[in-house]
Amino acid sequence: MMDVKAGDQASFELLLRKYRTPLVSFLHRMVRNSTEAEDLAQEVFLRVYRARKQYAPSAKFTTWLFRIATNLALNALRDGRYRQMEVSLDQPGEAGESGDSEHAAIQLPDGRPGVEQQLVARARAAIIRRAIEALPEKQRAAVLLHKYHELEYAEIARILDCSESALKSLLFRAYETLRIELAPLVTPDAVTAEPRSAQPASR
Amino acid sequence: MNCGQMENRLIAYLDGKANRTERREVEAHLAACAACRTRAEEFRLLCGVLDEVPMKEPSPAFDARLRARLAAEPPRRSFWAWLAPSPRLAFAASMLLVASVWISSLPQAPRQDSVTPNADAEFRMIKDLPVLEDYDVLANFEALSELPTQPSAESKDM
Repeated sequence: MMDVKAGDQASFELLLRKYRTPLVSFLHRMVRNSTEAEDLAQEVFLRVYRARKQYAPSAKFTTWLFRIATNLALNALRDGRYRQMEVSLDQPGEAGESGDSEHAAIQLPDGRPGVEQQLVARARAAIIRRAIEALPEKQRAAVLLHKYHELEYAEIARILDCSESALKSLLFRAYETLRIELAPLVTPDAVTAEPRSAQPASR
Repeated sequence: MNCGQMENRLIAYLDGKANRTERREVEAHLAACAACRTRAEEFRLLCGVLDEVPMKEPSPAFDARLRARLAAEPPRRSFWAWLAPSPRLAFAASMLLVASVWISSLPQAPRQDSVTPNADAEFRMIKDLPVLEDYDVLANFEALSELPTQPSAESKDM
């Protein structure tokens, strides 16, 4: 980031390549809309680019980056811009936001091994994604930053503007909610069972 | 330690980030509390389940759109650029300065009265000459030819 501050365009390209997927992933899970997640991710990069001269290495770059991203996402959610969950009917590799595997844009099983497992995996991923997206915003952000981006407690607390103690309680409550919501997937039998016997939980 | 206190300790314990004292306290409670023991185990399993959600890749057009937005950003001006006037302003200021200097160098406009410049200059020259008070000098016109010239009065006549 210091190279970017010095005007090195190639360094900015490196930052872009390193963080574009994590940012889009995080924002997609926060705002539940692919298009808007990409718009917000671009806005994050634009703000980084505009503020590059003022960047001071008093905090880790990831803390700074995700703080911008979190604030943009929380503002967007509070504005109510992205209330409707996206139903991605034609995204390969996903079972759609609704979680119904029958709406997935995939071919019917043609007998090849692994296709049914793919269907089950996609259905499970959709259920898990919905459970995360149902969390209160701050709990959602805490889980995403903790679980998927592996930030330190101090970093997440700084991003969410709370104490470390408050953050740990936030995480506890979020994981407790997910444990209950995803009980059919989390219990030892569900995790260790063969994919053919695993059934998506009906809500 | 009671179940309520676990809220603040369990996550760090499962992450392997609890200090020695906290770890001992949590393990002692887990050994004694079946509910918290089950919760801790299910938190561990939940971690694996959450891994089933893949990362969301940006669309193919993401980079191109971002570069277009970056290219549309106005160029940043350095601190010193704020002190430098724009070319038009600089030109106008310099013209104003030149005009000021030129105007100040111009001779003063003559007084608009009935006295002709030549008569006025002569009057000033004459009134200052103490020799004119001396009748004997005035009677001798040759002395007048010895009077010093007054270049300032002559130049103003030009």
